[in-house]
Amino acid sequence: MDKKIVYLDNNATTKVDEKVLEAMLPYLKEEYANPSSMYDFAKKSSNAIKEARVKIRDFVNAKDEKEIIFTSCGSESANTAIRGVLNYNKNKKHIITTKVEHPCVLNLYQALEKQGYQVDYIGVNSNGELNLEELEAAIDENTALVSVMWANNETGVINPIGKISEIIKSKNKDTKFFVDAVQVAGKIPIDVQENGIDLLGISGHKFHAPKGVGALYVNSKTMITPLIIGGHQEKGKRAGTENTPYIVAIGKAAELAQEGLQYEMTEVKRLRDKLETNILKKIYNARINTGIANRVPNTTNIGFEYIEGELILLHLSDLGICASSGSACTSGSLEPSHVLRAMNVPFTAIHGSIRWSLSRFTTEEEIDYVIDKLPGIIEKVTSISPYQKELQALKALRNN
Amino acid sequence: MWDYSEKVMDHYRNPRNVGSIDDADAIGVAGSLTCGDQLKIYLKIKDNIVTDAKFQTFGCGSAVASSSILTEMIIGKSVDEVRKITNKDIADELGGLPPEKMHCSVMGYEALEDALKNYKADGYVDLDEILDEHYGTNKKEKIICTCFQITENIIWDAIKQNGLKTVEEVTNYTKAGGACGKCKAVIQDMIDTYYQKQKNEIDKLTPTQWILKVNNVIETQISPELQKDGGDIELVDIKNKSIYVKLKGRCSGCKNSTMTLKNFAEKILQDSLGTDVTLIEVK
Repeated sequence: MDKKIVYLDNNATTKVDEKVLEAMLPYLKEEYANPSSMYDFAKKSSNAIKEARVKIRDFVNAKDEKEIIFTSCGSESANTAIRGVLNYNKNKKHIITTKVEHPCVLNLYQALEKQGYQVDYIGVNSNGELNLEELEAAIDENTALVSVMWANNETGVINPIGKISEIIKSKNKDTKFFVDAVQVAGKIPIDVQENGIDLLGISGHKFHAPKGVGALYVNSKTMITPLIIGGHQEKGKRAGTENTPYIVAIGKAAELAQEGLQYEMTEVKRLRDKLETNILKKIYNARINTGIANRVPNTTNIGFEYIEGELILLHLSDLGICASSGSACTSGSLEPSHVLRAMNVPFTAIHGSIRWSLSRFTTEEEIDYVIDKLPGIIEKVTSISPYQKELQALKALRNN
Repeated sequence: MWDYSEKVMDHYRNPRNVGSIDDADAIGVAGSLTCGDQLKIYLKIKDNIVTDAKFQTFGCGSAVASSSILTEMIIGKSVDEVRKITNKDIADELGGLPPEKMHCSVMGYEALEDALKNYKADGYVDLDEILDEHYGTNKKEKIICTCFQITENIIWDAIKQNGLKTVEEVTNYTKAGGACGKCKAVIQDMIDTYYQKQKNEIDKLTPTQWILKVNNVIETQISPELQKDGGDIELVDIKNKSIYVKLKGRCSGCKNSTMTLKNFAEKILQDSLGTDVTLIEVK
């Protein structure tokens, strides 16, 4: 049976846009020259990289395309930025991040902590919003770097990056600010100048480029020691022969994402809101885990109380619906999502939390299909829960 | 994506015997909401036979499948037979579980054990009382993993029933040590103690008891497996910890016989009799 796929896991990865594929294909076929070579045959490759760099510059509104470095992924961008800043100036040993960062930053900070760095992890409130007072209090003259994600991958909650930058610079103008912007690229406008950002990382496959390419913005006043040492590529900041087809792809994807921003912020948001409202209306044991927090337009994180997320995902998968869960069981880690725990999501809901993330390719028909099928699945899973007494009480409460 | 067996998928898609029994003769509970999975099992017992079983589970696909198949395994069996069921039996019946999911089968075993512990032939079962005891702060058993509230006995049972040898395996089977990790050293001590005890018992055997024990392992655990492939194994001699055997049937001419001997037969002997045992082939 040919199963229809309803893909609502776009914060995990996205489908490659046909136009992106088309743009990159020549560089996988006939235009295979090494862009660093001298002959004319290499000119097209080297120009294509130049163009892509300009497109990323415009996408994040950098002043100069020289401030853009191509990398292999979001994790490499974050590692290059964080290790790069710290290795360039080894005198300062205090660094700050949040409790809800992506593992590529959080685990790196934990590794740095073991190497002797003093680390502060800033908490969030029950909606997932960062505690700015705690952040302000943590910054001192010894703070080398602050890393904050622009939006959270699990909840979609947006951090006020401009305001955070102001707080950092007012306390210590030498402290560098790295922003993991992987989850906002293509969803809300990115402006590194307006928001006072020193370094910013993005990942191609989260906005319809293929997996295996990322970019890092490093403003001209910020020095980094490269992570990958070798040839002269990327102005010596990232060695390795340029991955021409994928660099072309991320450039094209950025251009398309920029064009689609308005659609994302209105139409994708409308569909997300429709999904969310209907789930809340039809399912009494559902709750929005982020409350009224400001979120990217494509994401919602919904907790289903007294049931477990993996089982919901398995039933959804049987119907071709793809979403993801913060439950312990899906990861094999035994502990539920660190993000939802940092938010103190109640234990009744944390294990049954499902993240739905849409894209510009999500259709109304797909959302209607989920709205139609989900209540039955939740009812089935709820009916085998041992917490029937609690569920009845919850039902009575919600119906009042 | 987990690699679940067809049977696991069948059971979480269509769980059998879901629900509760109002006048149950025995009720067992394992796990909790904070830990991310909980199982309640209800038994109806008449003349020492389990006549009905129902379950309610808060948990993942493999937790539901473990509970569901467990009810099928026990209905119609005598209480004595049911008491013999281990977590391994549950996992085997499901056609295996991913290693990280073995704790789901352990939860089934725990709930069953809990039910039978509370079972009184003609007694009245009060679920609230059982739950109080389950969540009670003055539990008599010693807690090893405070994050998941895993007791010493659960860990002993898992090591014994499944031959667990590493802390990671114990975590996969019981969850203990899976969160803060502070109890990992204690778990390692328990593993060391268990195998040291096993070794001491072996060292105390008389030569005849030792020969019988070796022969028993070969006959019950190694020989049947080789027979499946048309071969067999025979005990020739024992000199202390060196065991001399002869391969027979198809095994004797097989060019992989050394591999069979070292990777399979010797490993089984070492698992049961200690790591200092060596197996030597006599041609």
